[in-house]
Amino acid sequence: MSNSKFTRRGVLRTGAATGAGLALPTIFTSSAAAFTNEPKGPNVVFGFNVPQTGPYAEEGLDELRAQQLAVEHINGEGDGGALNTFSSKALQGNGLLGKKVTYVTGDTQTKSDAARASAKSMIEKDGAIMINGGSSSGVAVAVQALCQEAGVIFMAGLTHANDTTGKDKRRHGFRHFFNAYMSGAALAPVLAKAYGTDRRAYHLTADYNWGWTQEASIKAATEALGWETVATVRTPLTATDFSSYLAPVLNSGADVLVLNHYGGNMVNSLTQAVQFGMRDKIVNGKQFEIVVPLYSELMAEGAGSAVQGVYGSMNWNWQLSDEGTKAFVKSFGEKYGRPPSNSAQTCYAQVILYADAVARAGSFHPCAVIEALEGFEFDGLGNGPTLYRADDHQCFKDVLVVKGKENPKNQYDILEIVEKTPVEQVWYEPDHPMFAGGELGPCNPGE
Amino acid sequence: MLGLNRQDTALLIIVAVLTLLAPFILNPFPEGSGLATLNAGYPDLMQRFVIYGIFAIGFNILFGLTGYLSFGHAAFLGVGSYAAVWMFKLIGMQVIPAVLFSMAISAILALGIGYVSLRRSGIYFSILTLAFAQMCYNLAYSVLGNPNSRFNLTNGETGLQLTLDDPRILGVQRTPDGGIPVPNFFGIEMRDSYDLHLGDWVFTFSGGYYFAAAVMLIAFYIAIRIFRSPFGLMLRGVKSNQTRLYYTGINARPYTLAAFVISGTYAGLAGGLLACMDPLAGAERMQWTASGEVVLMTILGGAGTLIGPVLGAGFIKYFENIFSKINDNVLHGWFAFLPDGLEDFMVTLVHPFVGKGWHLTLGILFMLVVIFLPGGLVEGGQRILGLFRRRKAPPPGPDPEHHPKPTPHVAE
Repeated sequence: MSNSKFTRRGVLRTGAATGAGLALPTIFTSSAAAFTNEPKGPNVVFGFNVPQTGPYAEEGLDELRAQQLAVEHINGEGDGGALNTFSSKALQGNGLLGKKVTYVTGDTQTKSDAARASAKSMIEKDGAIMINGGSSSGVAVAVQALCQEAGVIFMAGLTHANDTTGKDKRRHGFRHFFNAYMSGAALAPVLAKAYGTDRRAYHLTADYNWGWTQEASIKAATEALGWETVATVRTPLTATDFSSYLAPVLNSGADVLVLNHYGGNMVNSLTQAVQFGMRDKIVNGKQFEIVVPLYSELMAEGAGSAVQGVYGSMNWNWQLSDEGTKAFVKSFGEKYGRPPSNSAQTCYAQVILYADAVARAGSFHPCAVIEALEGFEFDGLGNGPTLYRADDHQCFKDVLVVKGKENPKNQYDILEIVEKTPVEQVWYEPDHPMFAGGELGPCNPGE
Repeated sequence: MLGLNRQDTALLIIVAVLTLLAPFILNPFPEGSGLATLNAGYPDLMQRFVIYGIFAIGFNILFGLTGYLSFGHAAFLGVGSYAAVWMFKLIGMQVIPAVLFSMAISAILALGIGYVSLRRSGIYFSILTLAFAQMCYNLAYSVLGNPNSRFNLTNGETGLQLTLDDPRILGVQRTPDGGIPVPNFFGIEMRDSYDLHLGDWVFTFSGGYYFAAAVMLIAFYIAIRIFRSPFGLMLRGVKSNQTRLYYTGINARPYTLAAFVISGTYAGLAGGLLACMDPLAGAERMQWTASGEVVLMTILGGAGTLIGPVLGAGFIKYFENIFSKINDNVLHGWFAFLPDGLEDFMVTLVHPFVGKGWHLTLGILFMLVVIFLPGGLVEGGQRILGLFRRRKAPPPGPDPEHHPKPTPHVAE
């Protein structure tokens, strides 16, 4: 028993509709893209991939603030911030090549897997032309490789391991942040001056890639100046109680403790070391000292008074007095009511640098953008004169050595700048043993 | 058909049609509209849906049938990924050897872990598997992953990646333009995709997705056969009363071990496929949170049912990838039609549940499901269906007070 009635009109109508439906795709797919996510509409999409949950969520939040600010400045909203002091004047504050910049955000969870999933969704679903942000070297290396494959640009956020622009470098990945080698090279002379050249160091190192390269870098730099390394002990990344690692330190004959820790690890290990009374001890006839090679404002805030007098290095600090820093800190402070951290500054600079490269190249094509960024020399974003080296896509600029302030005036006034190490002192050749291996590979337009 | 009864055939066909049409079903909102954020039809997420579906199907063979709750299944997923990436590095970019090798390696690992862990049951079994998985995780994270040591299997936190100087003895070391080659299935690249533009809608068909979906259908078919086989019945026997099995003279251990190995192999297959879609293996895949995730998927969807774990996997992956990306900008877009004050109020109200708050939303939904639908999403579906059936068919029989129970079949 069938109800279907095949009328002449019905058949005609269905046939016409089907034909139109089949023809439709060919009408709309006629314009082929020249490269991945070529922006066609009135907007261009940036992807901000930062940790919003997990141990580095605070850093991620601050990065996001800076990225939003950068987008505002590129679109000509707000006071323009560091665009006014930036040495390149290609950005006019009227968007990017006549398009308005919009953005999507994602959560890296500080896991390579989740970060790649989030970056992939931005590229495949939202049409992001560039990925920026992140607060871990593992994530940076993973996302960088993904962007290379997909044919979009990756502007790394906070990533400090040597490998990011060393053996894991990629043509599509760019790092503005400094690295562990630079930390060692900047920090060692200051430490030698402050504590002498006959010190015995004990390293506690977070047991993962960043910790290892950091430990190797600091060890090499301090040993070159006459220090001796007593022991290097690895601590699990998930550790929160370091007392069992700290107890053997004083009996080892060491008189300096180097904490190759970051984030929550560093807050806990430093606080516990200070509570142990380590900094009041006299060992080998010398005052016992603690060093934290990589500092961040947010960590220092977490560790409170424990950071007082402790040396470390930074990429940038909001207390610098150059025009670029002042402009950025002013506009960040007005919008969010707090000074930016150095990871925020790096993300801000990276977004501006990408947009500027697009404007100078006159195209969103990744190969053109890469060409514009490689070997680019600029100034006025807060770090002084800077070079984006073409051989490995690492920025070369001055590195700050900082110290926990003894008498902080307010909750943001925690660190003081001890020295601005000039770029010549932290310079290395691209084939330096700590960075050797790996190659950039070709530029990949995708699609 | 294929040795299945009518109901199972229907289920298999429904699943096949759904996976085939997923690019359409998952993209209901036109591009550029405010709700487009909720679309899930992009290759990466669709691939994750089916791959984690395979993972959950395999887990369900162990948990749903025998009742043994393994808290360490992520170890097999991770090992499968590492195995596949190593095949890409050493042999070449063809996916078949990679997937087979990852299944073999995880089966061997499952045999070892299962042999030890299955000596205990209940919570002790769970703790043992959890401990083994954490051991694997730590091995992968630091012991076997130090780039400076000569024995670097996993590359630690950074994750195992392809490089330009991998040998790839049966494939090409680099593509003509100097890049790293892409995993492919006899020439179909996993990253290949085709965009179909229909008006405002964009539907993406991805080579990798259809490859993974085909594997998922095979895995699903095998799972149905296992569920309906005498072996499956034996596993159900283990779940309902293992002691009674022993009293009747049956040694249940080989059956549970076989189920454990099968389920570990499924996990390895899922891990291998993940590496095929995106050739990188990280230690986080083996973390206990990943093991917990598959337990959640199975329970959320409905443990012991065929389709449940797949639904659960899709549900969780959807929240992880879509809800975590809704930020305040998107919310302002949604509520833009409201007056300013009300709009801000709504955004503040919804804000804690999206973006970084996706865990919270998922947690609430999980609680609701477990409390009100103990049988998972499948039970929810059955209840809705039941509602419609009752409305259509009025209660038969002359005496509504008298309900004689049907005589149970011997086989049930």
